[in-house]
Amino acid sequence: MSTLLELSGVSVSFDGFKAINNLSFQIGEPELRAIIGPNGAGKTTFMDIVTGKTKPDEGRIVFGEKNISLIGMSESKIAREGVGRKFQKPTVFEQQTVRENLAMALKNPRGPFEVLFYRKTKLGADRIEALAEQIGLSDELTRVAGELSHGQKQWLEIGMLLAQEPRLLLVDEPAAGMTPAEREKTTSMLVEAAKTRAVVVVEHDMEFVRRLNCKVTVLHEGAVLAEGSLDHVTQNPEVIEVYLGR
Amino acid sequence: MQRSFLAQNPSVMWFLAALGLFTVVVTLLAEGTGSSVISTSFVKTLGKVLCLCLIAIAMDVVWGYCGILSLGHFAFFGIGGYSVGMWLMYARTEAIVETSMASSVIPPTPGEVQDAIAAQIFGVVGASEFPAIWMFSHSLVLQLLMVVLVPGVLALVFGWLAFRSRVTGVYLSILTQAMTLALSLYLLQNDSGLRGNNGLSGLQNIPGFDHLPQSTVSIVFFWASAVALGAGYLLFARVLSGKMGSVIRAVRDDEVRVRFLGYHVESYKLFVFTLTAIVAGIAGALYYPQAGIINPTEVAPIASIYLAVWVAIGGRGRLYGSVIGAAFVSLLASWFTGGGAPNINLGFYTIQWTEWWLVLLGASFVAVTLFFPGGIGSLFDRLKGEAK
Repeated sequence: MSTLLELSGVSVSFDGFKAINNLSFQIGEPELRAIIGPNGAGKTTFMDIVTGKTKPDEGRIVFGEKNISLIGMSESKIAREGVGRKFQKPTVFEQQTVRENLAMALKNPRGPFEVLFYRKTKLGADRIEALAEQIGLSDELTRVAGELSHGQKQWLEIGMLLAQEPRLLLVDEPAAGMTPAEREKTTSMLVEAAKTRAVVVVEHDMEFVRRLNCKVTVLHEGAVLAEGSLDHVTQNPEVIEVYLGR
Repeated sequence: MQRSFLAQNPSVMWFLAALGLFTVVVTLLAEGTGSSVISTSFVKTLGKVLCLCLIAIAMDVVWGYCGILSLGHFAFFGIGGYSVGMWLMYARTEAIVETSMASSVIPPTPGEVQDAIAAQIFGVVGASEFPAIWMFSHSLVLQLLMVVLVPGVLALVFGWLAFRSRVTGVYLSILTQAMTLALSLYLLQNDSGLRGNNGLSGLQNIPGFDHLPQSTVSIVFFWASAVALGAGYLLFARVLSGKMGSVIRAVRDDEVRVRFLGYHVESYKLFVFTLTAIVAGIAGALYYPQAGIINPTEVAPIASIYLAVWVAIGGRGRLYGSVIGAAFVSLLASWFTGGGAPNINLGFYTIQWTEWWLVLLGASFVAVTLFFPGGIGSLFDRLKGEAK
């Protein structure tokens, strides 16, 4: 396992409030990692920083074996470098079909003129079929995404992320609002995806984190409080005090 | 490839067929072809309506499909009109001056001819020399190039500045209003070089074709407008089909998400904004020779707002909807404001439609937005739904 993403000494503050305070940690490839922490611990800000939505005040973020710095890159450039992000709310394009949603996400040149003169290929169609199979939406390809159930939308979004073929996948609370059966399916999708890439799951739900059965990073006040297996971190007295003992 | 594209988009084929039929019927009934059912002035009105339909589909692409509520596209329309108007005025004045000078004993030097043309054109604003922006006005080709280049470059620069700073929504609309207002105020100045509030006139006279009656000229422009509308419709339908259309609509619905998919949203907006501006310029270049006159009020902010109203009433996000909206509302407007509608006498008050028409238009805009968001175009969807 080699290091894919490395944050060192990253800080960001909003109006004097330090959302991220000297945060340093690494994620390998392939790896499945869960990030937990109470509200305001900086989980979402961490994702915003990595994906280029928020610029950090200081610190370094390097990605890949060439150690390219993600700071100052546009969101779209970072996405093309291989960072995918799933938002908490399922955000799929509701007025378009499942197939169109997936086709847009497929790893292909992203420039306007390349897209304008893009021709559908057999390879692309096969890839879409395979992805739909993987996320269990094979029969829904021609349906408008807005008609899907909440769980199906979440999976479609995961499918779109997989279509991007990212090296690092950031997933924000994938299990929120799901039925137990849907959760199980989601878990297996993420575990499967993490076999070939880095997947970082931000989650509130301890039960879901336990199922993921992976290394856990606990954030608190914008910094790493503890790291290790779930059992290890849940026995850490500091973690119990700030998060679990409430 | 073209055939398969049409086969995949039957609505495009239907539209082109309807447009073709309409064009042929109007031509056969027109004064220019001898039957005189439709007067020359009404042929011109219909030709102008086709140009308005063309800018309306451009507006629909930028607003209905890409989600950028531009309230400044009439600026590009006006620039197209001014660009072609400059050549029309120059060439016609040149012909007149040369004829009148030909009878003089000493043949005039080219410089004298130039001065006489300038005095003719700019006398009305108290100037007698060609301003720098008229330097290409002697060349039809160069001015036609301006029709495309000036709106294109203006849209590119404006869009680049606005989109790069992530100006969206109502703020962007206000900026586009400011752009068209600035243009109209600039043109109003006498020393802008475009004859201030007089604008450019006599544009219906096509230099070199003076022997043709207006009834024939009107049909030529009517056809040109119909061809331009058909070509514009095809162009936009092609752009909006497939993956490009997918991304454009996705930008409208959730641009943040599109960014995280790796698409550079600003480039897409810039592409759409610029392409539609160019089409608007072409529409204007065809409109004003039929109108005969262009002046700064044409690019006043209200014009672009009307454009948005047409598209909203016709149905956003449907190309044919915007065509219906522009044709329906602009024809209705000329009927009401031209005194076609009978005034209603309520005893205590007389509703004069020339004034009350705007109230009616405003009310119907509000009604469509609130109760009928699909506009007139959505009626076709219902028909389609019932046919299934």
